[in-house]
Amino acid sequence: MTEIQKIYLLIPLLPLFAAAVVGLFGRKLPRAAAHLITIPAVAAAFGLSAYVLIDVLQGHLFNGTVYTWLISGGTNFEVGFLIDQLSATMMVIVTFVSLMVHIYTIGYMHEDPGYSRFFSYISLFTFSMLMLVMSNNFMQLFFGWEAVGLVSYLLIGFWFTRPTAIYANLKAFLVNRVGDFGFLLGIGMVLYYLGSLDYAAVFSIAPQFADMKVSLIPGSEWSLMTVICILLFIGAMGKSAQVPLHVWLPDSMEGPTPISALIHAATMVTAGIFMVARMSPLFELSTTALSFVLVIGSITALFMAFLGIIQNDIKRVVAYSTLSQLGYMTVALGVSAYSAAIFHLMTHAFFKALLFLAAGSVIMAMHHDQDLRRMGGLRKYLPITYLTSVVGSLALAGIPPFAGFFSKDAIIEAVHASHIPGAGFAYFAVMAGVFVTAFYSFRQLFLAFHGEERFGHNHDDHEGDHDDEEVSADHHHGLAPGQKPHESPWVVTIPLIFLAVPSVFAGLLYIEPMLFGGFFGNAIVVRPEHDVLHHIGSEFHGWLPFALHGLTAAPFWLAIAGIASAWFLYLKRPELPGVIQSKFMTIYRILDNKYGFDSFNERFFAGGARYIGGKLWQVGDVKVIDGFMVNGTARLVGRISAVVRHLQSGLIYHYAFAMIIGAFVLLTFFMKI
Amino acid sequence: MMNNAITYDLIAALPEIFVLCMAMVVLLVSLFLSARTLYVSYILTQVTLLGAAFITVSTHIPAVGYAFNGMFVDDPLSDILKLMIYLGTSMVLVYSRSYIALRGMYRGEFFALVLFAMLGMMIMVSGQHFLTLYMGLELLSLCLYSLVALDRDNPRSTEAAMKYFVLGALASGMLLYGMSMIYGATGALELSQINAALFNGMADRSVLILGLVFVVAGVAFKLGAVPFQMWLPDVYHGAPTAVTLLVGSVPKFAAFAFVIRLLIQGLQVLTVDWQGMLIVMAVLSISIGNITAIAQTNLKRMLAYSTISHIGFLLFGFLSGSMNGYISSMFYISAYVLMTLGGFGMILLLSRKGFEAENLDDFKGLNQRSPWYAFLMLLLMFSMAGVPPTLGFYAKFTVLQAALQAGFVSLVIFAVLMAAVGAFYYLRIVKLMYFDEPQDHAPITPSPDMALVLGINGMAILILGLMPQRLMELCAYAIAHSLQ
Repeated sequence: MTEIQKIYLLIPLLPLFAAAVVGLFGRKLPRAAAHLITIPAVAAAFGLSAYVLIDVLQGHLFNGTVYTWLISGGTNFEVGFLIDQLSATMMVIVTFVSLMVHIYTIGYMHEDPGYSRFFSYISLFTFSMLMLVMSNNFMQLFFGWEAVGLVSYLLIGFWFTRPTAIYANLKAFLVNRVGDFGFLLGIGMVLYYLGSLDYAAVFSIAPQFADMKVSLIPGSEWSLMTVICILLFIGAMGKSAQVPLHVWLPDSMEGPTPISALIHAATMVTAGIFMVARMSPLFELSTTALSFVLVIGSITALFMAFLGIIQNDIKRVVAYSTLSQLGYMTVALGVSAYSAAIFHLMTHAFFKALLFLAAGSVIMAMHHDQDLRRMGGLRKYLPITYLTSVVGSLALAGIPPFAGFFSKDAIIEAVHASHIPGAGFAYFAVMAGVFVTAFYSFRQLFLAFHGEERFGHNHDDHEGDHDDEEVSADHHHGLAPGQKPHESPWVVTIPLIFLAVPSVFAGLLYIEPMLFGGFFGNAIVVRPEHDVLHHIGSEFHGWLPFALHGLTAAPFWLAIAGIASAWFLYLKRPELPGVIQSKFMTIYRILDNKYGFDSFNERFFAGGARYIGGKLWQVGDVKVIDGFMVNGTARLVGRISAVVRHLQSGLIYHYAFAMIIGAFVLLTFFMKI
Repeated sequence: MMNNAITYDLIAALPEIFVLCMAMVVLLVSLFLSARTLYVSYILTQVTLLGAAFITVSTHIPAVGYAFNGMFVDDPLSDILKLMIYLGTSMVLVYSRSYIALRGMYRGEFFALVLFAMLGMMIMVSGQHFLTLYMGLELLSLCLYSLVALDRDNPRSTEAAMKYFVLGALASGMLLYGMSMIYGATGALELSQINAALFNGMADRSVLILGLVFVVAGVAFKLGAVPFQMWLPDVYHGAPTAVTLLVGSVPKFAAFAFVIRLLIQGLQVLTVDWQGMLIVMAVLSISIGNITAIAQTNLKRMLAYSTISHIGFLLFGFLSGSMNGYISSMFYISAYVLMTLGGFGMILLLSRKGFEAENLDDFKGLNQRSPWYAFLMLLLMFSMAGVPPTLGFYAKFTVLQAALQAGFVSLVIFAVLMAAVGAFYYLRIVKLMYFDEPQDHAPITPSPDMALVLGINGMAILILGLMPQRLMELCAYAIAHSLQ
């Protein structure tokens, strides 16, 4: 094993080791040990990832097996790494955000009884996510996929005494099951038809199957690649929360805020985006599948943004904005602008983690009151949080020269240049989305930091329990009357600042290499007729002209209009939103019910499943399986056993007799004269 | 030239010669030891095992060498099996030391008998001639009879020894009768000559089959396959647990070698015939072993029936009649011995002066008394039941795979179903350990060496289950370099 391979191996193993030590011995170690062990491990993983990225950019790619788990029927199940520009970029993003969140957690969770458990989980998450992105085969991809899902499940239900948290993590688990089912079917079809689980092998022979038809249901023919890609994408829909499998993500905000930043904004939910980008050689073979991806993405991008407008929970606003931004990335995938999707994934990871952590800082200052209606005017109490929030919001709204502008504008241009079915609708959706995004993100900013101070009064329901600061208790605490919020400690603000820097500069620095400079090399494959980025690239002359051109283009003015509307409605005329709400009650109700997805799921799927389950239980399980098969078999075996044990009489002549009879039986059986 | 041949003979048999001398030394030295200095015998015995291992390793060559005019063979198979036997015997001694000390059996005879029994196994492993094989078998058996009766004031032990002796004599008689028939048909006693004679097709078939049935019966008795298993539960139950540990574990290596030598090296031409017999015995062993075990309340008896079912699985490897099958059988027998050592080791661990922890109820609530030992027992039970990722799973998997490759699909399905039945009684122990209240609250205080070895034994079950490659390669090496 060469030096660099050892480094590859160390990157995921360091967080795993830290997670194991803290998880197994955390209760016996002093409290500080939890972060003193995990943070250096993750920091080292980040440093090594950065080193690997530099190494990769010098042309040192790697694709190889580290450990063969088992070989079954000619198929190898292996642990292997594929280190190329795509995975190295993801490794740096994952470890960087993870490191920031680790540091932030010291401040955010410092009084929580589950301190070491939390650190163990997030380190374990870092390991799982790294295994996912570094994988060179579907098997390990699926392992990482499930492992991040598991940690996400554990962390949503981190405060497991809250019924809402348990409901939320169950929901996340079940919805992801649906996605994973499709994903697993997709992997199964890859193995069945393409005969391998190894990326390189699959990608190299996939073009031979481009025109192959399969008849899954007798009488109807399907293109194999379309079926495989849509099944794989269903997995991505679950993990990356695309409509209609998005319902779990808003509820996942029941988890602690650092988790919302790390898992439910910056990294895990982007696994689906990463996976599709990784599978670009397959998706390129099916325009139908790409259209499907595009339409799903644009629905998510627009309709989830609407929901952000009416949320009053500060974290839920950010959650819906995450959904909408994931929709943007999916749209980029759909028009084959994979590098734009990864580019947006990167900038989004920075500014969305920043927004979540800033929201967490506000929540801490408000003593775990998350309701925007009880905030306002926090600007002067939380200067650092405020400034970094402004940076994050500007980046999210797509104002040049902030990072979000470049990545989002690239996506919009790419959609504009694309001609695959659904591109027209997608163009409308992403354009309208720009306005809505700017509107809700500045609505949140204005409600929290500007305007009159609405905290500290109207708290008759929570008088006197402000001294109970335990995070694990009821989360609507709020400030006591007369109490003033104060800025968070440095372990909280430092990560904010560190995340604000790339939120400003990551866009302008990397747009040229990542989108037009062939940064991803052969890691991403685009067929010439789909190559919209190449089309845009011919008109690209550096980041500054791009940004200046942006100032005259429609998306910028839509964003400005969104900000202006938010300012008008929430600062200038704060009584107006109430009026609008009562005038357009129907629309408000639809939005408030989140388009009815939750109630439909609960009635149809949950209710239906319970009904069928009840029937199966009564008839199938109790009568047939338990009564006849399980207990019947057990009774039968038990009776035989009771009889057979009497053969062992304890009398030696019985034994000798049995031996001789045995020999005779064998003799008569096999003596064929 | 002559001198060289004699020197080679001696080198080939050097481990046996060493063990023989040391056994006598132990016997003599023990006469002069008082009760307090008796640990010298124990250490001498362990040193003997270490020395024998050293000699075996240093005289090892990856080729087959015949000695004593072809009566004795020194091949990789015998070397590796001998090393496994030394290791197993050494573990037996570690586990049983405090047990026999507390029951007045900590005497020189015990160690000498163990060493002589081991010498018998070594000769069986290296035997290449009907007479050497038979001699090794008798040496082993006689030592085991007297070991079973070592606690001579205990009526249960003496009864068990008596049954073992009478039935063992009957089985020896059958074996000898079968050998004489084959000698009559082929005119040879040496395995390679028998094989050559059979290959030329000179021998009378009906006489051969008659001999084969009796040889198979004798071998099946040693293994404990149905219908020659009757002695097994009574002896396991009646013998002192330390002796049960010995009887149930290491000699199975010798029995394995016995099957390889007799059926595969000597009577390969008759494969189709003994295959049929092994199928009958394998099916009967797996079903009777697993089903009867369910009704047992005594752990030693339960493990006896579990042994019978394991032997059934072992036979699956043989009856597939392929190189792969033999390799998987060797893997299975190694796994089996490791699990059996651990299982009886746990009984010895929980036993103390005047108390035998041999009933299932004695394991109730073990998790509350000692989570670590409960976990080890859990690993052992999972492994015996064949739950992944333990060693037992992989062992079952490979033998069944070999049988599947040989085309015995329905047999394999049957075996898997029976393994599911068997899972019941293993998991019952897990349930007792983890979900029931303890009846016995005595502290568990093993000696440090026993705690260490038992811990390694238990963890080996898990680690070898996760990484079976090395052990598999070792078995493949032994078989491939010894059977042509």
